[in-house]
Formats: sequence, C-alpha cells, structure tokens
Amino acid sequence: MLAFIIRRLAQSVVVMLFVALIAFIVFRYVGDPIASMVGVDTRLEDQEIMRERLGLNDSVFVQFFRFIGNAAQGEFGISYRLQQPVTELILSRLPATIELAVVSATIALVFGVIFGVYTALRPKAWSSAGIMALSLVGVSLPTFLIGIGLIYIFAVELGWLPSFGRGEVVDLGWWRTGFLTESGLKSLILPAITLSLFQLTLIMRLVRAEMLEVLRTEYIRFAKARGLTQRAINFGHALKNTMVPVITITGLQLGSVIAFAIVTETVFQWPGVGSLFIVSVQVVDVPVMAAYLMFIALVFVLINLVVDILYYVVDPRLRVDGGAGK
Amino acid sequence: MTEPLLSVRNLTVEFPTRRGILTAVQDISFDIMPGEVLGVVGESGAGKSMTGAAIMRLIDRPGRIAQGEVILQGRRIDNLPDAEMRKIRGRKIGMIFQDPLTSLNPLYRISEQLIETIRTHLPLSETEACKKAVGLLDDVGIPDASRRIDDYPHQFSGGMRQRVVIALALCAGPDLVIADEPTTALDVSVQAQIIDVMKRLCAENGAAIMLVTHDMGVIAETADRVAVMYAGRIAEIGPVRDVIKDAQHPYSSGLMGAIPRLGANLERLTQIPGSMPRLSAIPKGCAFNPRCPHVMDKCRIDQPQAVQTAPGRRVACWLYPPQDGTTASAERQSAE
Repeated sequence: MLAFIIRRLAQSVVVMLFVALIAFIVFRYVGDPIASMVGVDTRLEDQEIMRERLGLNDSVFVQFFRFIGNAAQGEFGISYRLQQPVTELILSRLPATIELAVVSATIALVFGVIFGVYTALRPKAWSSAGIMALSLVGVSLPTFLIGIGLIYIFAVELGWLPSFGRGEVVDLGWWRTGFLTESGLKSLILPAITLSLFQLTLIMRLVRAEMLEVLRTEYIRFAKARGLTQRAINFGHALKNTMVPVITITGLQLGSVIAFAIVTETVFQWPGVGSLFIVSVQVVDVPVMAAYLMFIALVFVLINLVVDILYYVVDPRLRVDGGAGK
Repeated sequence: MTEPLLSVRNLTVEFPTRRGILTAVQDISFDIMPGEVLGVVGESGAGKSMTGAAIMRLIDRPGRIAQGEVILQGRRIDNLPDAEMRKIRGRKIGMIFQDPLTSLNPLYRISEQLIETIRTHLPLSETEACKKAVGLLDDVGIPDASRRIDDYPHQFSGGMRQRVVIALALCAGPDLVIADEPTTALDVSVQAQIIDVMKRLCAENGAAIMLVTHDMGVIAETADRVAVMYAGRIAEIGPVRDVIKDAQHPYSSGLMGAIPRLGANLERLTQIPGSMPRLSAIPKGCAFNPRCPHVMDKCRIDQPQAVQTAPGRRVACWLYPPQDGTTASAERQSAE
C-alpha cells in the first residue's frame, strides 16, 4: 500500500512537471504582457525597464527553470495586473471556489446516487421515466443558461435569493467562509445548484446503469436464492458494487467542478479563482494564468490519488496478496 | 407411502416476446421425496434450469409461470406473496448455481456473507452464527476454516468457492437443494469432490437434491431417479438404474448410447442426429419427431402424453400409447 502511494506520488510529480512545461510554453507566447500593462503614453525606455524587472529578457530555459523552481516553493511571481503576489491572490480567492465546489459536489453525489438507485430499482415507474427525462435537460442545457434561468426565476421574479456575490463572509484568519452567515448561505444556493446540475445528472445516469448491470449478476441472483431481504440485496450487495465506478467518476468530476466553476462564477459574480482567471485572461496576466493552470492540475492529481486509495478501501480484490494487508 | 417433499404439477413457464410467446417449460409434473436425489438431464435449452428457477420463483422478467402448481410440504408456493417466498428461499429450498466464480459477492468477506444468510433465517446471535459458519466451512472441506472465513471470495480457488457456495446454500438447513449444474464450470478433477461433499451434507441433513445437469455420468453416480427433459417437456422419468439400463423414450436411449463406457468394445458412440429445436421453432406433435429413429405419422401430429410403463416410470412417447381408461393425470397421481 505504501509502495503504491509512493509510486503514484512519483507519477504525480512527472505529470505536474509536464503541465508546468505546457503552462510555461503556452503563456510565454500568448502575447506581450507589457503591451497590455502599459498605456499609449508609456515611454519605450520604461517598458524596457519593466521587461528587465520581470525577467522577460532572459533566455527561455532560464525563465522555465526559474518558473519551476519558484513554483515548487509555491511562488508564482507578481500579478502583472494587480501587482500582488499571485499565490496570495489565489489563496484569497480559493475559499470561495472550494466552498462552492464542495457544496455542489455534495448535492450532485447525494441526489445523483438517490435518483440513480431509485430509477434502477423501479425502471418501469412513471416517476423514473420523469426523472430520466428531466436528467436529459440537465445534461444538455449549458451551465450559463441554467444559471441565468435560475437567477431570473428565484432572484428576479420571486426575489427569494440574491442573484450575485457571496453575501457576508466571516474571516477565520486563514479562511473566509460564507457558511456562517444567512446571506452567505443564501448566496450559495443558486450557484451551487447551477454547478451541480450537470454532475448530478451524470452521476445519476451512471449509478442507474451500473446498478441495473449489478442487479443482473449471478451473485445478486444467489443472494436472492438465499432469501436475503430485498433491502439487504439492494442497498448492501448491489449498491456497494455499484460504487466502484461511481467513485472514479465522482472523483474526476469534483476536479472538473473546481476547474469549470469558471462559468458559474462568472454568471453569479462569485469571487472565486475562476472569475480571477477570466479577468486575468482578458489582460494577459501570465503569472496568474500559469498559476491557475498549475493549481487545477494539482487538484486533479490529488483527487486521482485519493480515488486510487479509495479503490483499495472499497474493493478487496485490489489489495495485493490478501485480506491481511491493508 | 410418504408425502412428497415437493410436487410440481403441470408447470408451464412462458416468455412473452415481440414475436409471440415462447414456452420454455411445458406442462411438466414430478415429485421429489424427502431425502431423495432427483437428477434432471437434457441438452442446453431443454428447460432444466428454468424448472429450477421456476420452483424458486427466480425467473428473469418477462418470464412467468403461466400455469401449474408447485407444492412444498403440502403448501402451495407458486402463488405466495414475495415476502413469504423470500422466507422459503434459503430456509426451505437452497440453491446452488453453476459458476462459483460469479456466485459470490466479491466485496464481502465469506464470513459476512455466511453470517448474513444465517441470521436472516435463524434467530442466532452474531457469535453463534459465526461459530455455525466456521462449522459449515469445516463440513464442506475448507481447510483451516476458522482463519479462512475472513477471506474474500477472490482468495479461494474455483473448487473451494463452490464449497463456500454449498455452505451458503445449506447454512439455514433447507429441506431441498436445487443444484443447477453445480460442477459444469469446474475442473474435472474437482467435480467428483464437489458432488461428494454436496451429497454427503444433504444426506446428513436429510435434504433432498434436485440435481440439474447435462452430465449423465454425474446423474448415474448420484441420483436416485432421473427426469430426461427435451424441448421443455419431460420425455421420461424413472429410477436411474432402469432408465440407464433400459431407456424407453428414443431420446433417452439416444442419450444413454452417447455415454462412453470403459470396456465396451464400441467403434463409435451413437449419436442423435440433428439438434434440439429452438423454442421459437418447436415442431408440431412430438418435439423430438424430426430426430427420432422410430418416428410414426402420429408423432408429427399429436403431442404424446406421459404414460406409466412400470411402477415409478413415465414416458411420453407414442411407442407407449395410453392404455384404455388411464388418463395422463391419473398416471401422475399413481406414480411414486
């Protein structure tokens, strides 16, 4: 188990290096950052001084290794736009994104599994057909449309919930949370639902398909033939076997929830990392963009690692050489 | 004459499909006496497994019991509500499936599966159930049972897993075990051991066995009586020795001729020409008529009814026309 984790960690490092290379190459060539920072009346000499100070005149290799070296220490330079350290900037935006992502993922997982199991156990019921039809809407409607729709109904027409922002936040020193105030919780509802809807339908359809598959297996037949209760069969024997692929997808989806919170954050003016990234793209704020890419890659790598470890916990067949080892 | 443990009366199993109704099992009747081993043989698709599944009410949808009765210890069980039927499965009738590799839930320890099953049916505490489970594993011949009980299914070999399956099927002390091709998926060298274990344990517990297989050798060694099935019907039923020595139905005599025997100086084994018809294309009259060496005009028109030819023996073939005054149903009642 330990050897396995170390091996996976080593792989993760390689992946991160590769992402760093791509981040570096892509953003080094997206355009001249100086041009977007300066006004028309900035003197060429001043531009040259800025270039020198930002290290843009060094050779590509020197710049890349400096990038890697700094990145390894969590140092991504100074934002061109805001003149603040990028790491600080991202960390200050991170709580908003993480809270939104965790709440969305929880909604998606809980309701996805419940609806998935329900529709699998009652494949012929009208309610199941209704849920399946609705899920098509969730899969096919783009996130921004759902977000705008929800804003129109619940914020504009009904006026129940705020249409943008995070509400009041409480500063815990290292973390600014919206969980502790009423306006913070209220503000969370619409964006969380918007962000979770796609994942929810995906998880639901996956759970349903897996569950139907598992219910047809021989060991479920044998469990029935032993007279086990319907409950023990459905929620013990069948659901546990359904969870193995669901864990994979859910894990990877949590990564995408964080990564693709960009759209939702933009629609709801949510002060998270995603909206920071969007603004940075507009002004070619290369350090922020590179750091964001590295951050998302790190999230995916970490989640993959956790998913692999979870497999071990759920599926005994993967534990090497028997039940003793864990 | 003791009362039969299980009586199947005119059982018919149908599968409605888009192209019409397929009849997988048609109008079959037989009894199983307490402690008896009844072999059921036939080619693939003859309806043997379906008969077992129908008794357990485990037919996959859209299949259904269209007609007939299943009576267990004097009680009709084919029309019981699901909750009642569940109490019979495992407790009164145990079932063993063909493939031990897929019969066990891979994510649960053997101990968990055994204890769960035992405690579903018997009022035992966790520790008592665990003790019983270890005893059962010992009985089915798993060495070092008290340690291995906490292993997962994938840590056992195929033969060992089938032993675990037998332990699971027997753990609530059923009166009848339906073994659906219990050795087909196993190595030939293990088959005999598994049959032995199953037979010994059932004998010790006084449980009857309905042994479904296509292996006449296993039937000859194990069963007291045998039912030969063809295209969803019972062609012939009777004591194993009689059927093997003197098969009356042309199909069963064809089957017997296909058993290799040591010492018999035969150039070739006999072979039944052709193959069993598909369910969607069962010929009119006797289903066996296109392959039968003794086919008569009548066979192509009318389905022969089961006729008693000797005590405890019934054959459905026009070579044995019904005697005057005896109807098929009267035969069935006087059988056994």
